[in-house]
Amino acid sequence: MATKVYMEALSPTMEEGRLATWLKNEGDEVKEGDVLAEVETDKATMELVARGSGLLRKRMLGDGENAAVGTVIAVIAAADEDISGLTGAPEAAASQAASAEEAPAKEKVEAVAAGGDVGKGAAAVAAAGQTEQDQAERGTPAEATPAGTKPTPTPDAGTRAATGEGQPSIVPAGGGGESTGAGNGRVKASPLARRMAAESGMQIGTVQGSGPGGRVVKRDVEAAVAGGGAAPAQPQAPAAQPASAQPQAEAPAPAPAAAPSPGTGYRDQALSPMRKTIAKRLTQSIGPVPHFFLTIEVDMGEAMALRARVNQRFADKGVKVSPNDLIIKAVAAALRKHPWVNASWQGDTVRFYDAVHIGVAVAVDEGLITPVIRDADRKGLSEISAEVKELAGRAREKKLKPDEYTGSTFSISNLGMFGIEEFTGVINPPEAAILAVGAIGPKVVVDDEGNMAIRQRMRMTLSCDHRVIDGATGAQFLQTLQGYLEDPMMMIS
Amino acid sequence: MAVITYREALNQALAEEMERDPDVFLMGEEVGVYNGAYKVSKGLLDRFGEMRVVDTPITELGFAGLGVGAAMTGIRPVIEFMTWNFAILAFDQIFNAAAKMRSMSGGQFKMPITFRGPTGAALQLAAQHSQALESQVAHYPGVKVVVPGTPADAKGLLKAAIRDDDPVCFFEGEMLYNLKGEVPEDDDYVIPLGVADLKREGGDVSIITHGKMIHVALQAAAQLEKDGVQADVLDLRTLRPLDTDAILATVAKTNRVVLVEEGWPYGGITATIAAIIQEEAFDHLDAPILRVTQADVPMPYAKAMEKAAKPSVELVVEKVNRVLYR
Repeated sequence: MATKVYMEALSPTMEEGRLATWLKNEGDEVKEGDVLAEVETDKATMELVARGSGLLRKRMLGDGENAAVGTVIAVIAAADEDISGLTGAPEAAASQAASAEEAPAKEKVEAVAAGGDVGKGAAAVAAAGQTEQDQAERGTPAEATPAGTKPTPTPDAGTRAATGEGQPSIVPAGGGGESTGAGNGRVKASPLARRMAAESGMQIGTVQGSGPGGRVVKRDVEAAVAGGGAAPAQPQAPAAQPASAQPQAEAPAPAPAAAPSPGTGYRDQALSPMRKTIAKRLTQSIGPVPHFFLTIEVDMGEAMALRARVNQRFADKGVKVSPNDLIIKAVAAALRKHPWVNASWQGDTVRFYDAVHIGVAVAVDEGLITPVIRDADRKGLSEISAEVKELAGRAREKKLKPDEYTGSTFSISNLGMFGIEEFTGVINPPEAAILAVGAIGPKVVVDDEGNMAIRQRMRMTLSCDHRVIDGATGAQFLQTLQGYLEDPMMMIS
Repeated sequence: MAVITYREALNQALAEEMERDPDVFLMGEEVGVYNGAYKVSKGLLDRFGEMRVVDTPITELGFAGLGVGAAMTGIRPVIEFMTWNFAILAFDQIFNAAAKMRSMSGGQFKMPITFRGPTGAALQLAAQHSQALESQVAHYPGVKVVVPGTPADAKGLLKAAIRDDDPVCFFEGEMLYNLKGEVPEDDDYVIPLGVADLKREGGDVSIITHGKMIHVALQAAAQLEKDGVQADVLDLRTLRPLDTDAILATVAKTNRVVLVEEGWPYGGITATIAAIIQEEAFDHLDAPILRVTQADVPMPYAKAMEKAAKPSVELVVEKVNRVLYR
């Protein structure tokens, strides 16, 4: 029995993966559990594992090529098995996706010019937009191919676009009509189901649809959420393969992606009417997470002196504490005192985390990632320092495991090393706040006696989710943090 | 509250408004001596005299025009059409004069006129006398369009229409005139135009309709309830201005919509409402919006064919089941 190899969701938020390297060649014998390839997700490079045994008969994606989650990228089967039904379209998809994507849009643009009619032009633009969107919604760009390769005379394209019939032109010749069975990767879903899936961090393509033609509707998403994420509908879901067989490569369920990892204790507190009103009113005002920002300036003289002493004392052990490590330590201690800042908005409750897990933003090629220092409040300075170094290093190599970059309860972003004096961070949901840390530098300040003095100063801005944190709550947290940094002894007293 | 018929409710509204404001007068075919073709104006001639209850010849364009001229002087005509089918002859006055007077005169003239009469099919009156014309009339900016489905709404909305300073086209129902219901006796029972009414509350599906069809929708909802389906039945009451907020609220609640109207599907008010819903509430939809309308043909005369052409409880139930994926 043939086994399809899918591009699997190897990170909670992965929608597409780049096949970094095949580790098996066509014709190689593979056993269930063998590593077939390395796949770059949006976060890290992960191993793609065989879900069945046999010969790797066909690879449909080349090294360095992308495929959407759920796309069949290879077939494992017995040597004499007929796999022609499994290998058709996706192969074309991989090699021609790029040109196919460009072609329809170009045709539409020409159609606008040729049509000359305002109404037609608008319709054509709309149709072109729809084409792209449509393509984006499909699990695989396979069915874009016919349009890309079919020579369509410009006037014809204009007419069809203007009458709103442009869309069918990208459906493969044999794939039109209602039946969207196997082979057509487009996900049929109601608008509501799409929205609900997006809100719960679930990929619509992983939900089994029960509506007409397999349309995913509200009840399907509800069932998937209730069933603990979309796991039941993962591409490799056939019940014949017990999940326990390959625990290390089991795709993580997308839904609880951003929530702290299992085992982290917390306490859900019911919302007071005032809390509810604040949440509702402020959400109406700004986006889903109503941010506000508080900035404080801290005198870092004492902290820097402490850091120098620590580094000197433990130099022989290779300890090199950075200012940021000190800030992590101070933040962790301050969070202990301010539970509202170590919390998250849950819609009808506010969740207070028992643990303090701090996400530290690390810049990597083409983006950033936030490795998590777990229980930072219970770790010593040198321990934090070593852990940050180790995790940041692996982050840059894209070698972090999902549980090393998820589950933070608060985040810190530091751009001080770039000379940024102050900035605002965007909250990493569902956390309630993020601290943006600026550069430490000499500044002239007026001291208590009214004399000017040159001091090492640093500015920090706390971005707060106003549904959880009010101005005074955030300010008190910053005050505590300021106190810890200006007089580090306070942290242990 | 007194239980009276839809006909009596309209009669009360007319009498109360004529009593309240000496500028209100009624004009139309058979409204006086004969007491109205459907007896809506029963007793009004005796009570208010022939200066205020005026019988006209069979000249719809003519007496609609008289009404427009009268309204321009500031008084409040109520023009009765024996049915809206006959008002087609008066459309030039309604649409080219009444609907546009305020804007084309730069606001110099108000147009406090009410055009009223029954709409839609009764029984076997054939193609020319069975038309539900409210969708067509609602197409024109400048008029207000009111379609009450119950005695209470008929009274409260007619009083609001007469008091309104813009032309109001008021659509009654021949099959509704004998319908009984509780109606407040208060002289100032006025229902504001442009406010829909949730006639029945349920969470599974929204049936949105107006006029006579609310009874079809309510029967369908009762039948569906036996099957465990709870339907919102939203009575629009006014098609212009349309209560978009009420429409979007029920859609957001149930995510599934069946629209019902007595008229034809092509360019019908339900098509407009479907467009509004998909523009404003796309992400709330869990199923395509379905419609139940009259068949897209001139109304057949033959009894069985007429029945087949009209929107029915069965059709509403069927479409509801489809949007529920049942």
